[in-house]
Amino acid sequence: MNNRIENHPILGELEKRKKVTFQFDGKSYEGYEGDTIAAALLANGIRTLRKHEESGNPRGIYCNIGHCYECRVTVDGETNVRACLTPIKENMVVESGKVQPSPLDPSKENIPRTYAEYMEMEGEK
Amino acid sequence: MQVYDAVIIGAGPAGLAAAIQCRENNLNVVVLDEYPKAGGRLLGQLYQEPDGTWWNGIEESKALETKAEQLDTDIRLGVSVHHIETLDNQFVVHTKKENFTTKNVIIATGAAESPVPVPGWTLPGVMSIGAAQVMTNVHRVKVGEKGIIVGINVLSAAIAQELHLAGIELHSMVLPAKHIISGEQANPRKVIDDLSRVAHLAPSKFIQFGSKFAKYKWAQNLALQFYPKNGIKMWEMPIHLRKAIKQINGTEKVESVTLVDVTADGEIVEHSEEEVQVDFVCIAGGLYPLAELAAVVGCPFQYSEELGGHVPIHNERMETPIPGIYVAGNITGIESAKVAREQGIVAGLSIAKKESDSPDIIEEKLQTAIENVKATRKAATIQFHPNIPEGRANVSAAFSKIIDEQKTETTKEKIS
Ligand SMILES: Cc1cc2nc3c(=O)[nH]c(=O)nc-3n(C[C@H](O)[C@H](O)[C@H](O)COP(=O)(O)OP(=O)(O)OC[C@H]3O[C@@H](n4cnc5c(N)ncnc54)[C@H](O)[C@@H]3O)c2cc1C
Ligand code: FES
Repeated sequence: MNNRIENHPILGELEKRKKVTFQFDGKSYEGYEGDTIAAALLANGIRTLRKHEESGNPRGIYCNIGHCYECRVTVDGETNVRACLTPIKENMVVESGKVQPSPLDPSKENIPRTYAEYMEMEGEK
Repeated sequence: MQVYDAVIIGAGPAGLAAAIQCRENNLNVVVLDEYPKAGGRLLGQLYQEPDGTWWNGIEESKALETKAEQLDTDIRLGVSVHHIETLDNQFVVHTKKENFTTKNVIIATGAAESPVPVPGWTLPGVMSIGAAQVMTNVHRVKVGEKGIIVGINVLSAAIAQELHLAGIELHSMVLPAKHIISGEQANPRKVIDDLSRVAHLAPSKFIQFGSKFAKYKWAQNLALQFYPKNGIKMWEMPIHLRKAIKQINGTEKVESVTLVDVTADGEIVEHSEEEVQVDFVCIAGGLYPLAELAAVVGCPFQYSEELGGHVPIHNERMETPIPGIYVAGNITGIESAKVAREQGIVAGLSIAKKESDSPDIIEEKLQTAIENVKATRKAATIQFHPNIPEGRANVSAAFSKIIDEQKTETTKEKIS
């Protein structure tokens, strides 16, 4: 599968870059040096980067420049890494975000829902 | 411990231009940016100037980066700043990797896109218009086989042309359906009015259609009343001011959208639903200044519709009321990359003057740089709001007011 824009009337031909192999959810994919995880996956036809933690709905990039955090994945064990900002590296292991047991249920855990609640809880400590 | 003369947050046109000025005056600076490439949002830009030449963001970014590198500028990419701490006469800029202590900070974080929620917009394949720009021009990856653009404004028109250039098929451009959040962007009268006021400046042929009949309100009304059912076409792609998107459909990803007809006031016409097959949707809600870090460090803000939202109060020297904190570029208001670059020069010179033993020499350059910002603004071929100078004047006035109040306070303290 190749979704690359090889020729462009103004920007010219796509420059030759080194191939990079990385893993996404256990499968091997190829991209090019300088690709972000999001770009390399889209070039391979993959749009879904995670399942929503609570609902399990599929999610992909939204802003593509680091602002929205919709593209968070796990990279070499580090969670909540933005796929749109992170360049692929040889043998990098990327995993999609998964459904979590009731992550948004504040009755289960003592999670502040607003900054005011956070400050209040900090004050109690 | 190393203390920098300036930490510059953001390696877009504003941050890079500021860094170059600082380095030319031998200041010790570091530029931090979370994106893996230098250039900021300039990287994705590609449009034709009125004289026929192309504004190529990748080349413009490269030119700035190369100049900065020739001056041995320390640019660190892939570094996110999340906090600025204030000490006595110093600041500590916090990143995930390390902290930087500095005498001055330039916040040049640019702009972000306003979202416009549409039912189904969380599906993979729905993205902001800027996301499509970056994927297409910077990463050179196709965002899909066939898409639709929601939101008709200067930015979406420019990027529609870029997608067309890259050979990406677009079904059309439509409005968002009227709801509490889409607001004026769903009102054809407001959209045509906005477009007509900036149309003569828009680089894209595409928006210039507005200027033809939309100088006068009555002409706009007529245009909307008799707006062609098939839209007005620009390179095979129709622009619909009388169609809106009601819903995005799909299970695992975007499969289609449901469009409806709207009246000249944006009211949905009943039973006008039509389903269109697409595999991507771009949402264009406009830009606003990305200013959280200025808020964190305690800058006062002012709301300005002309400048795109809440902006940190500053003067034309790019100083904020907090000594040592400077701003430059789109954080001060949404304008073109050329204006951002000139503002960066001003911010860099302001710091150079502050840290210099011979400030008079720099003051002269600074005055020229301030004039250049105004001249560049005047000559801009892309303009996001018709009344930018008015917004700028209001923010400068707010700055003077704060400084006057501070002076009165100190005088009072001295007296008592
Ligand atoms: C998606 C998008 C598309 C645009 N397209 C166009 C266009 O086609 N034509 C046009 O004229 N204008 C466009 N603009 C407007 C654009 O903002 C200006 O043209 C210009 O790039 C502004 O320059 P700047 O230096 O102020 O900010 P930017 O170019 O946005 O650079 C800011 C930099 O700061 C970095 N940054 C932000 N926050 C942090 C943080 N916390 N830590 C570390 N780094 C950070 C960002 O990664 C970015 O690289 C666009 C803006 C956006 C957001
Ligand atoms: S897509 Fe928005 S942060 Fe990555």
